[in-house]
Amino acid sequence: MEIQKPAIAGTLESSDAQISVEPFAHGLELSIESSVLNQYGRQIKATVLQTLERLGVKNGKIVVIDKGALECTLDARVECAVFRSSGVSDKNIPWGGLVK
Amino acid sequence: MISRPKPKKNRLRRTMMFMNAQKPGLIKDAYIYGSDSIILDLEDAVAENQKDAARFSLYRALKRINYGDTEVIVRINGLDTPHWQEDIRCVVAGGADGIRIAKCESAKDVKDVEEHILAAEREFGIEEGRTLIMAALESPLGIMNAYEIVTASPRMFGCAISGGDFRKSMHVQIVKGGIEMLAARGQMLLAARAAGVQCFDTMFPNIDDTEGFKAEVLQNREMGFDGKSIVSPKQIQFVHETFAPTKKEIAYSEKLIRSFDEQADAGVGVYTVDGKMVDIPFFEDARRVLALAKACGVYHGNL
Repeated sequence: MEIQKPAIAGTLESSDAQISVEPFAHGLELSIESSVLNQYGRQIKATVLQTLERLGVKNGKIVVIDKGALECTLDARVECAVFRSSGVSDKNIPWGGLVK
Repeated sequence: MISRPKPKKNRLRRTMMFMNAQKPGLIKDAYIYGSDSIILDLEDAVAENQKDAARFSLYRALKRINYGDTEVIVRINGLDTPHWQEDIRCVVAGGADGIRIAKCESAKDVKDVEEHILAAEREFGIEEGRTLIMAALESPLGIMNAYEIVTASPRMFGCAISGGDFRKSMHVQIVKGGIEMLAARGQMLLAARAAGVQCFDTMFPNIDDTEGFKAEVLQNREMGFDGKSIVSPKQIQFVHETFAPTKKEIAYSEKLIRSFDEQADAGVGVYTVDGKMVDIPFFEDARRVLALAKACGVYHGNL
């Protein structure tokens, strides 16, 4: 998938994460802000990159503001942001396919 | 990936606890409180512009969180919204146990949902017929059509009245004693029992009014409900205690069954226990009481 326009998903509530994506021509630029950055920073990064790879996102600026989200929450927020950025988040989601 | 066992139409559902599917902090530990069922909500709890995000979050939760024995039901958006069809795809693909139809008013509503569930089961390779349905009756029309609704699908396991919307459409407020919903609760119970499905009461919204809550739960049990929607873990224990058969009921049921076996062997049909005439329906009810007591963990006997 391609990041076509700026999009955002998630909240700044506890146990959640807010993910913003915007178009960028030269690969992936990922920045992470987290209350648990020291302990989990690497894990958060790996999770986000893995999800982006699964979705086939090769270019984009990604900003993660983590509030102690579980891995499954991070996944869901990244997926939603990417689908929103392509304007296809409302229906015919490939559940169990690209989203799995 | 979590794969849940095949849902049972008939099971213990004393409490069904509502949870906002969009809030990760809530759904990640929804099961630890011990309600019999949880209802992950895509409808009223989720803002209109977050419906898509709630589905992604729900799908992940269904696939990754082990809810154990807690039944997982999802309340989908109303059939008059643009959301319900994708809701069904998400819920079925995620392998939830059942779908709660909000604002259900006719057999046609049930059949429309059923058709989309079947299509989704085929699309995602889920066993056909696996996903159960329950109907939330929220309007006078829904109550009037209760029987056609609960008999509209073999997937249907029960119905619940939704007090908030219902009271508004009847121009009434919550009244102590429940007279404002007496007729509706009664009619829905009749329909459910006639159809052989379960019946659940609405949630009690004033979480701090413990006395009012308890009075309503006691009345629910006296009226014959199987369970109740709840909105706080604080409400679980009292509902579970109230819906479990009492020691007296259990002892009487045991006595009935034992005596019935003896009398049947001796060729007697109608006889008396503790001075009260009993016959076959008493015996069947005693079996039901003991089965419920076992499921509630308050009977460990051998009947």
